[in-house]
Amino acid sequence: MTTFLKLAGAATLAATFAATAVSAETIRMGTEGAYPPYNFINDSGEIDGFEREVGDELCKRAGLECTWVTNEWDSIIPNLVSGNYDTIIAGMSITAERDEVIDFTQEYFPPDPSAYVALSGAGMDVKGGVVAAQTATIQAAYVAESGATLVEFATPEETVAAVRSGEADAVLADFAYLKPIVDASGGELTIVDDSVSIGGGVGMGIRESDGELKAKMDAAIASMKADGTLSDLIAKWFDGRMVKF
Amino acid sequence: MFEFCADPKSLEGFVWWSCYLTNGKHMAFYFSFITVLSLLLFTVPLIMALGFAGALARRSQIAPVRWFGWIYTSMVRGVPDIIFFLFALIALDQGIEYLRHVALCPDWSEPIRQGNDFRVCPEAKMPLGTAPQWIHEIYGFVLAAVGFGIVFGAFAANTLYGALNAVPHAQLETGVAYGMSPRQIFRRIHLPQMWVYALPGLSNLWMILIKATPLLFLLGVEDVVYWARELGGSKTAIFDYPHGDWRLGYFLVLLVFYLLLTWVSEKAFGRLTAWVSRGQATVGGTT
Repeated sequence: MTTFLKLAGAATLAATFAATAVSAETIRMGTEGAYPPYNFINDSGEIDGFEREVGDELCKRAGLECTWVTNEWDSIIPNLVSGNYDTIIAGMSITAERDEVIDFTQEYFPPDPSAYVALSGAGMDVKGGVVAAQTATIQAAYVAESGATLVEFATPEETVAAVRSGEADAVLADFAYLKPIVDASGGELTIVDDSVSIGGGVGMGIRESDGELKAKMDAAIASMKADGTLSDLIAKWFDGRMVKF
Repeated sequence: MFEFCADPKSLEGFVWWSCYLTNGKHMAFYFSFITVLSLLLFTVPLIMALGFAGALARRSQIAPVRWFGWIYTSMVRGVPDIIFFLFALIALDQGIEYLRHVALCPDWSEPIRQGNDFRVCPEAKMPLGTAPQWIHEIYGFVLAAVGFGIVFGAFAANTLYGALNAVPHAQLETGVAYGMSPRQIFRRIHLPQMWVYALPGLSNLWMILIKATPLLFLLGVEDVVYWARELGGSKTAIFDYPHGDWRLGYFLVLLVFYLLLTWVSEKAFGRLTAWVSRGQATVGGTT
């Protein structure tokens, strides 16, 4: 009888453990996986980059278990809203327009100027020519208003390829994304203008109804800012860039 | 993959290529070919089943069943695929979650629709938020298969409906004259003769289905085209294997893959056509 009771007790304990294990919250982190150094698929086929490291650290500090998923940029907000994942951590600038649909945490990356990149020696007029930008980005909206002809592409990679092939005269994107590409092009590409200030800092997108998760992430970002880990990570991934929070 | 791949930046020539082509990302690319082929194999029975159901519904003696068949074939064929995949399948997904929500969380007080947000209780999530990624992938795959099944099933229904109507009436009357029951006539005469008329349409459908797999990415299933684009894009020094814009090369590989698939399909359909034509009173059958 005692053995039986012991066994029963052990079983109940195990069941309680199992229940707690299941209820430990799992957060699905949605990213694009095509925007180095923010986020990209590395050569092992895993999601890597600045945001991967920041995201994993944030989850650790907030006591959450996180899994990573990729989603096309174009449908990244609709899929968050319909609940396929719980956060967007994809180099997304905080804008008033997006803020109407989703909520943002405080920024984990400061406002980054956008840059125009063109073929070297093309003598490009960024207000009059054909400019490539990724669909549904702040840059696409900016080009459309600037008077230049906008051509949109689904992925950042294609916007740069369009400049190389001559389909577009220039590309407008985040400076941090374009800089390594220009450096690696061996003089083929050049930065025409790197001082276009549009959009706020980069924040994590969260459903408006998910206030609890937003509060947790906000607190984790604040703690990463306070002890300097965020600045270190920015320096690591963005060519030694110094940011003070 | 190999021992000597530990430091990719120091490699050159053949060794570089052998490491590059076997890294994790390429393995995912190769695996996506299997994903695409298995999706095709998985959907074909579904398409044929829905096609037959639709065709028979349209020929039904019962008016509501006939209307249903008609509505299915005309509506689904009329809606653009991309819209169908974006809306109907997301609606299906949310419908499943809603039903689970009602069943599993009767005490939940918050509304499901909060502004733009669709929120069910965590227990009703499909699959569960805690489920490992591969379960999410399988779920996406099944959803994709069902989506393809419904869309292409409507086209197949129309083809089969037309083929059933194309069988000469005299053939069926002969069956009656021999004293066969309607079921026997259908199974022994109508159905076997129908295939000759249905196969060209079905083979068209198959060829279109083969090429429609990039639609899968809308549902988060990473198919061959996604990986070819991802791998072919130029890579800066942040990657282990930096290279320029190699998309042309990768798309050429896809071209070869699709041409091979077409060639095999053509052969198979040629044999199938010869087989169903044998002994038929058609031009194809008498040669």
